[in-house]
Amino acid sequence: MALITDLGIAGLREGLGKGDFSAREVALAFNGAVAAAKGLNAFLVETPELALAAADRAEAARKSGTSLPLSGIPLGIKDLFATNGVRTTAGSRILGDFVPPYESTVSAKLFAAGAGMLGKLNMDEFAMGSSNETSAFGNVLSPWRRSDGGNAPLTPGGSSGGSAAAVAAGIVPGATGTDTGGSIRQPAAFTGICGIKPTYGRCSRWGIVAFASSLDQAGPMARSVRDCAILLEAMCGYDAKDSTSLDQPVPAWEAGLSSDLKGKRVGVPREYRIDGVPAEVDLLWQRGADWLRDAGAEVVEILLPHTKYALPTYYIIAPAEASSNLARYDGVRYGVRVPAEGGLAEMYSATRAAGFGAEVKRRIMIGTYVLSAGFYDAYFTKAQKVRALIVQDFARAFEACDMIATPTAPSAAFAIGDKANDPIAMYLNDVFAVPASLAGLPAMSVPGGLDAQGLPLGLQIIGRALDEQGVLNAGLAIEERAGFTARPGAWW
Amino acid sequence: MVTDDYRIRGATGDWEVVIGLEVHAQVTSKAKLFSGASTEFGAEPNSHVSLVDAAMPGMLPVLNGECVRQAVRTGMALEAQINPWSRFDRKNYFYADLPQGYQISQLYFPIVGEGEVEIEVGEGSKSIGVERIHLEQDAGKLIHDQLPGQSLVDLNRSGVALMEIVSRPDMRSPEDAGAYVRKLRSILRYVGSCDGNMEQGSMRADVNVSVRKPGDPLGTRCEIKNVNSIRFVQAAIEFEARRQVEIIEDGGVIVQETRLFDPDRQETRSLRSKEDAHDYRYFPDPDLLPVELSEDFLAECRASLPELPDAKRRRFEDGLGVPAYNAAVLTAEVESARWFEAMLAHVGDDGAKAASNWVIGDLFGALNRIGKDIEDSPVTPAQGAALLGLIGDGTISNPLGKQVFETMIETGGDPAIIVEERGLKQTSDTGAIDAVIAGVMASNADKVADYRGGKDKLFSFFVGQVMKAMAGKANPGVVNELLKKALG
Repeated sequence: MALITDLGIAGLREGLGKGDFSAREVALAFNGAVAAAKGLNAFLVETPELALAAADRAEAARKSGTSLPLSGIPLGIKDLFATNGVRTTAGSRILGDFVPPYESTVSAKLFAAGAGMLGKLNMDEFAMGSSNETSAFGNVLSPWRRSDGGNAPLTPGGSSGGSAAAVAAGIVPGATGTDTGGSIRQPAAFTGICGIKPTYGRCSRWGIVAFASSLDQAGPMARSVRDCAILLEAMCGYDAKDSTSLDQPVPAWEAGLSSDLKGKRVGVPREYRIDGVPAEVDLLWQRGADWLRDAGAEVVEILLPHTKYALPTYYIIAPAEASSNLARYDGVRYGVRVPAEGGLAEMYSATRAAGFGAEVKRRIMIGTYVLSAGFYDAYFTKAQKVRALIVQDFARAFEACDMIATPTAPSAAFAIGDKANDPIAMYLNDVFAVPASLAGLPAMSVPGGLDAQGLPLGLQIIGRALDEQGVLNAGLAIEERAGFTARPGAWW
Repeated sequence: MVTDDYRIRGATGDWEVVIGLEVHAQVTSKAKLFSGASTEFGAEPNSHVSLVDAAMPGMLPVLNGECVRQAVRTGMALEAQINPWSRFDRKNYFYADLPQGYQISQLYFPIVGEGEVEIEVGEGSKSIGVERIHLEQDAGKLIHDQLPGQSLVDLNRSGVALMEIVSRPDMRSPEDAGAYVRKLRSILRYVGSCDGNMEQGSMRADVNVSVRKPGDPLGTRCEIKNVNSIRFVQAAIEFEARRQVEIIEDGGVIVQETRLFDPDRQETRSLRSKEDAHDYRYFPDPDLLPVELSEDFLAECRASLPELPDAKRRRFEDGLGVPAYNAAVLTAEVESARWFEAMLAHVGDDGAKAASNWVIGDLFGALNRIGKDIEDSPVTPAQGAALLGLIGDGTISNPLGKQVFETMIETGGDPAIIVEERGLKQTSDTGAIDAVIAGVMASNADKVADYRGGKDKLFSFFVGQVMKAMAGKANPGVVNELLKKALG
């Protein structure tokens, strides 16, 4: 029999149902795996006791026939989600030892569905980063190594790098992530796992530390499309505490999974063929199109003419919102306070200078600049207009197709430090992910294969608003045909 | 017509003062603008603070529909443009009383647009334009004097809903400004959208003042922040206008700046100049959806509006024959108007004039003496009406009526019971009165002779003697009649 930690969520559910193992055994197995994987630096807080407590509840529920959809499934929770009684840092020093007296809606829904918590996952500070190098608590390491024998430590991507690394390393069966401009999809692609960002508004943002409010969305990261569907169902749903939450029923996505794409048209956007992208990425994209064709879909070329403006637009809107969202970290009510001679303004300066890392400061500066008098129209207003054009691009494209297939990222995982001093190169990592974020559309990354160095590459499916089912189904079709079974060896 | 003839006399001639007001009115609602925390005044510090008000990580605002309703009703009462689509923006700045690091306000698309307020100054009236009303959050409060070297923060007010009512620069004198604030306060209190309590800070004004030679273009203005009484608004304008005139006449220029009014020293002081002004970096709040008002909602708001002071005053005057002065006094405050109308329900429309005289004379006088507001009056409208009834039907005389009223004010008792218990009922018993008249005439035979000899003025002497002998309870009409007969 396979190790418990080799199983994903559907597999665990099946084994628990058949009595192959108990929920307690599951919790112990993953607690052990988490404890043994400190070398990945994926966890900021480990909560084995919470995983065990949930397992005990799952056992009791099983005996009384009241099992819930996620009973006995332990999960990792990205540290951007406020967790009641468990330290929450958002990957930043500025929150100090902050322990929220409240639970984010999404994590509360997962726990209410029976899931347990293995701990809080490391991430880029305030979700600002694509490599996990901006975490105040040291970068997460990817469990993957290049097959060329070089031992350069690789980034798991970001900002949900802890989630991605933990799922890929098999130390959690699934994890929550958040995606503002690719923060679920890019790390999923870098680590050979699945991750979906649902339509903006599907998941409540209440209790998730805000980065860029108009873009932030939670979503699951797991080993398979089916596992993502299971978790996504539990995470989504209307929440009156979030004014941007969508008052829409949550479909039974898992039950609706089908890799038969007959009658579907898949768009391949011409503008996503950009210079400097390795041939392997292009090749995988073509293979992805072939797989979708094989599943019954018709593949058509589409136009998304404003794609090239998406990244600059994103890097105006997201920092603008962030500069305001992060103003509350001022040392007055919670978190770190650095006293300073002078007065309030000096205390603010000292606190924020010490509490925020360089990338967060950079984005606060950019955001403050683009909103300031005299520049607002040239930057922020213009960016809002371009965003509307990008939304329109997708609307037009979806007249000709049902979903869009693209590469998830322009490369495989890079080495820690490779781009740390070149923010623009770092930002380019999200070039394929950002347009769907700006348009609020559901998008998913599924592993498609390995590059020449043995590192995973991902394919992205973008769907119409609220058509997570279409996205998952296309993802499933790719997953079935890609036969991606590679796993990193446990070196940690 | 009003002549805008208020002038500051300077060395170089007369100066005209131009005034605009931004009135911040706390919206009457149980909960705050974006959270469920209570808005109750005077609670223990930091006892009405939700996670949202304290800007905890990941917390999100949710708009309180009641505050929207109140702002819309207020706009309708000012006959203002109601914008069916409005939006909230963030006004970004750092301060310890502002937990989010931004105030949620409405810069670009306020909920209410152009309206007007009709004011009366001297003999005439004029219209003051209202540019806009927007909804915004109040800040918390800093307390500096409790711990040496430290400031304390009370977030009870943090997130309370305010309406900012921005006037046009249409006022030309401290009197104009006073009348405008009084009228606005009156309307808000009629509508029930703000309690107008300036002492508790439910209403305060930012006062914009500039001066110019009559006919010249507008001068540079200074803004005097957070003035919290009508008297102070007027004093601040007077001082600030003089200050500006002196500077200009001394060859200086007015610097656009924010100033504070110090009521103890009766002066304004510079707070910050335009150069130090914050760049608030307003942008649409991405946590909130635009506010879209349906036709049904607007109709419901309109239907819920009470009769407003001007309309009520016209109805009192034209419909009920209440003297103009009385109508103005009675309708100025919603509580007086309510009290008077409750009394009208008992005395009927025909008694409106007499009732109005009694309310603004006897009742207001007594309340003023005992230091009570009309809503705490010991005498109810029904009791007031009953008292006027007893006087009207001759049960008690006017002077006795005043006595009974004094007892009512002291005890809160019913006039009929007081009259009964104290035996104050007026008598019209001609037999009893005739007997007293006979006695009075017998003991004043000389005066009877004088009267009959042509000293008509002695008649009132006899009336007085009879009334005195009957302890004031005789019906004066009957006494007159019988005396005339007896004296021949």
